[in-house]
Amino acid sequence: MCDSCGCNVTSGNRHLAYKPVKAGTSAVSVLKKLLAHNDDQAAHNRAHFDARGILTINLMSSPGSGKTALLEATIDALKDEFGLAVIEGDLETENDAARIRARGVPAHQITTGSACHLDAHMVHEALHQLDLSGVDILFVENVGNLVCPASFDLGQHRNVTLLSVTEGDDKPAKYPVMFRAADAVVLSKVDLLPVLDDFDPARAELCLRQLASTVPLLPVSARKGQGMTAWYDWLRSELAAQRARVALGKTAKPFIQLDGASLHAHAEVSV
Amino acid sequence: MHELAVCQALVAQSIDIAQQHAALGVAVIRLHIGPLSGVEPALLQSAFPLAAAGTLAAAAQLVITPQPVRVRCKTCGADSEATPNRLLCGVCGDYHTQLVSGDEMLLVNLELIT
Repeated sequence: MCDSCGCNVTSGNRHLAYKPVKAGTSAVSVLKKLLAHNDDQAAHNRAHFDARGILTINLMSSPGSGKTALLEATIDALKDEFGLAVIEGDLETENDAARIRARGVPAHQITTGSACHLDAHMVHEALHQLDLSGVDILFVENVGNLVCPASFDLGQHRNVTLLSVTEGDDKPAKYPVMFRAADAVVLSKVDLLPVLDDFDPARAELCLRQLASTVPLLPVSARKGQGMTAWYDWLRSELAAQRARVALGKTAKPFIQLDGASLHAHAEVSV
Repeated sequence: MHELAVCQALVAQSIDIAQQHAALGVAVIRLHIGPLSGVEPALLQSAFPLAAAGTLAAAAQLVITPQPVRVRCKTCGADSEATPNRLLCGVCGDYHTQLVSGDEMLLVNLELIT
């Protein structure tokens, strides 16, 4: 008796419906995602983006792995080709939004106080503060944290997780929930590899593949301009795919969605 | 520590359902949580009283059933148990697997006081 769409009732959990209970109580079978309210708001955000033909990308990583630097380089390279906008999430300061605006791109800063992640409601409020006319790609730079952001759908179409070479190459094994959520993994700051003898890119890739992840692993240095062409090409192909979906009245969620074996495929759902 | 935010969502949903059924209160809340959901059962248990205080669910018992991590191999077709950071096929070792269970974050059912 799922009171949403029934999609969470599977052969594996159907037996949980209707259990005898003691007098004075009644059992109600629910089978709903715990974050259903957030997910409803996320679907609303996604519908906003699709109505405008915008591709929205959620960037996640540890603090200091180079999300803002990646965005700065991307803006410099692509702002004449596409309309770009950025939503920044940090606990405090306008610093990152100021860096983005300095490159001539609209940015809205969400300061979460002490919350460790963005949720769909925060992003929705931010959308009302941001002029999305003419925007082709909206980046959401999530709070730097390899744990909490992976659990909240914001309405984005794709997740990108950064792993900088100044971190451990076993990060995907240590933070499987985050790395499983990625549609692409950016290995950042690779210009530093020659001076770092303890980071093995092959080991990082092995740890990622052991999560059953087949997504692209893109080695880049935003500061030195290394590997950026592959990243720009990935963005171009994702925008083209988003435009093709929008033309067909479809949308897309990030590759891995929480909850239920029925969703463990690339989710192309009609709106 | 986002378990409090998850608990607040859980309590809001439970209260909504209790009100739809004109219940006097919530006696039991049953959840399925997998290790790949990103929330910790023990932290949910400790956050729950804070989120539920003063609501219809204040006296509810939170029953969490942890779910195993299982994968289905796209190469050999076998189903096998896995660990959260090693989702390889237990039979042939391939990494082209699909998660069958282990990332659940489900409110399964409620027992309401009527």
